[in-house]
Amino acid sequence: MNSAMSFDDRPGRKPPFISVAGSPHISDNRAGTRRMMVDVILGLSPAIIVSLYLFQFYALKQILVCVVACLAAEYLFVRMRGNAFTLKDCSAMVTGIILGLSMPGSAPWFVGALASFVGIGIGKIVFGGVGMNIFNPAMVGRAFVMIAFAQLMGAGAYENVTGLVDAVSGATPLSALKFNGVETGIAPLFLGVTNGSVGEVSALACILGGLYLIYRKTASWQIPASILITVALIAGITDLAGGYQGLFLLHHLFAGALMFGAFFIATDPVTSPLTSKGKMIFGVGTGCLIMVIRLFSGYPEGVMFAVLIMNAMTPLINSWTIPKPMGQQKEA
Amino acid sequence: MGLFKLKGFPGTGSFPHGVHPPDNKALSANMAVEVMPTPRTVTLPLLQHLGVPCKQIVKSGEMVSYGQMVGKGEAFVSASLHAPIAGKVKRNTMVNLPNGRRLEALTIEADGEQLPPERIWEDVKFTQWPKDGFSDYAPMDIVKKIQESGIVGLGGAAFPTHVKVMPNDTRVIDTLVINGCECEPYLSCDYRLMVEAPDVIVTGALLTARAVSAREIVVCVEDNKPEAIARLEQAAQNTVVQIAVVKTKYPQGSEKQLVRAVVGLDIPLGGLPADAGVAVSNVQTIATVARSIVKDIPLTHRVITVSGRGICNPKNIFVPIGISLAEVVDFCGGLTPDAARIISGGPMMGFSFSDLSAPVTKGTSGLTILTHDEVRKAEETNCVRCGRCVDACPMNLVPTKLGLAARYKNPELAAQYHIRACVECGSCSYVCPAKLNLVQLIREGKAQLNAWERR
Repeated sequence: MNSAMSFDDRPGRKPPFISVAGSPHISDNRAGTRRMMVDVILGLSPAIIVSLYLFQFYALKQILVCVVACLAAEYLFVRMRGNAFTLKDCSAMVTGIILGLSMPGSAPWFVGALASFVGIGIGKIVFGGVGMNIFNPAMVGRAFVMIAFAQLMGAGAYENVTGLVDAVSGATPLSALKFNGVETGIAPLFLGVTNGSVGEVSALACILGGLYLIYRKTASWQIPASILITVALIAGITDLAGGYQGLFLLHHLFAGALMFGAFFIATDPVTSPLTSKGKMIFGVGTGCLIMVIRLFSGYPEGVMFAVLIMNAMTPLINSWTIPKPMGQQKEA
Repeated sequence: MGLFKLKGFPGTGSFPHGVHPPDNKALSANMAVEVMPTPRTVTLPLLQHLGVPCKQIVKSGEMVSYGQMVGKGEAFVSASLHAPIAGKVKRNTMVNLPNGRRLEALTIEADGEQLPPERIWEDVKFTQWPKDGFSDYAPMDIVKKIQESGIVGLGGAAFPTHVKVMPNDTRVIDTLVINGCECEPYLSCDYRLMVEAPDVIVTGALLTARAVSAREIVVCVEDNKPEAIARLEQAAQNTVVQIAVVKTKYPQGSEKQLVRAVVGLDIPLGGLPADAGVAVSNVQTIATVARSIVKDIPLTHRVITVSGRGICNPKNIFVPIGISLAEVVDFCGGLTPDAARIISGGPMMGFSFSDLSAPVTKGTSGLTILTHDEVRKAEETNCVRCGRCVDACPMNLVPTKLGLAARYKNPELAAQYHIRACVECGSCSYVCPAKLNLVQLIREGKAQLNAWERR
């Protein structure tokens, strides 16, 4: 290859121009927003597979309805704002999958669709689209339908699934514990052979997927670590005080949406703090709120509201944790 | 950071954060320095560094010999200029330098017998450079000679060296750090100098330490250059010069990060390395100091690297200051058909330009020519606050907030997040998944803050 080649002989026929721009002139090709979203979907796949296996048609319905509705909502609202087509970056699909996995199996199709439209519309587009929202869009949607359709989403809804094994159609472990004082075995909780929202039941699947995300640096490790440690501490204290010999602690760790929330919902980068210290504060706050809601409120599950409340605290946490630049002298 | 301990030095051998761009040094690291034949003309800008232009002391039509002073640096922060070839001074011209400056330049056309440039390079490599007897030199004499020889920092910033090594009663220098890190991808000129001429570096180190009265002398090299480390250790045997092997990371060669890595001290924001008792200088600058004191040769030539996948034959070349970059590119076989960006310096902090008639200046460390595939793409997407820029910034800043402050013209937010501490190393832009041009935004933000403070 030499520079005397004519334009027509150049291999690849790339445009023969020299461009100028500001430094730096290279970028890390392994990083990309779309790649991060694809990683999240891959991380969610163990949970998706378990949900399809346990809940079968119900899981399929929830996931499909939510994904389709999220994509439709994003397309519609983005067009209404006159902006360019943004479905390519897969963020709406991720919101749809997370939303679908957090619905109870028996929720009617319109509940999932409405949750998607509210989540994408009010949770994301109204703030300016990807990267601008304050609240986790999937949780905004779910909170809306949780309150609007209380009966269709409440404890009773989980028991409305028919044609499935008993374990997955009885009361959910957390509501059984709270309202009936019934304990579920730890092994079924860990593996997921219990009732619950279609994606949250298997702690194992969530942990596996979550570890993959941390390895890929798509999710930070500080947030799941601080949430789980805080929940373990508070549940542990309650356990000791009540003499449950560890069962209460493990129950709270593996039941409900804790694992799913810690790895997939709370780690949403847009709505969580930027610095390492900020992430730890965020995780501790989320863990505390989860346990407060679980132990002292009328709801058996607290992840959704805990995450939403901590999302509101994120700007404050960011301003609390502005890092000190290298070389800044200590204040005299 | 953590586990990597640096034996014998207070620092850990690394600094927090930073990034790891592929170093691509294999393209040119094993090419021995070639000597460029004497050009027909050289163009010497009267200002090649920070500070005040030198005063031209030769007239058009005058004959000059090799090494003759053609410009006198009269102000304090100024450097003299010397003729790299023998010939006739022609009319001054205006040149456009790669960093965007448009300056007056002196031109000399080769005329008469020339000192063969191969001899000059062989002199650098094969002279028996003295390693002791430096107490014969008075510190201020060394500084004056450096000033007379027109030496500036050859690492890129080109700050006049005599100002840096001037003995100062208020800021005492404990440690002289010699920067052989060369953390920019593609560049290998400092590496080749360390491999082929380590003795001149050791001599220069000892002389410079005498000028600043430093107690410790450390030459720092990244751990991806084992041959250079071995050669330097051999050259520094039986002297007080120490060799520190630091972690290969970008921007290890940045002076704040290097001082933190080796000495373990932080240079105060807005301050100089002297505030931490350290003087930092590049290996090539130090080599030039040795040549000036021991052999009475001013700064007229330097080693540069021409590399990248956009140049046909990557090389390390010993060139005269003032040779046109077009001649240098031709010497390396010319641009490849898919060359897309020509950069003076390295790809992380270098200046891209298109006018190859510009000359090599004292601060030119090389040319990096990137192809279309390698060059950064222009499409930006939304910031998803992933925090990778925060994890990358070696100054512990929050680049995404600084970019936001610049984009929405909020100088107070920029000041709150310490925008002036940014050294524009490019680590944040490099790792950003949304391909945001954070450094460009930060530059705008600094300008906005300056304007706002002056209002």
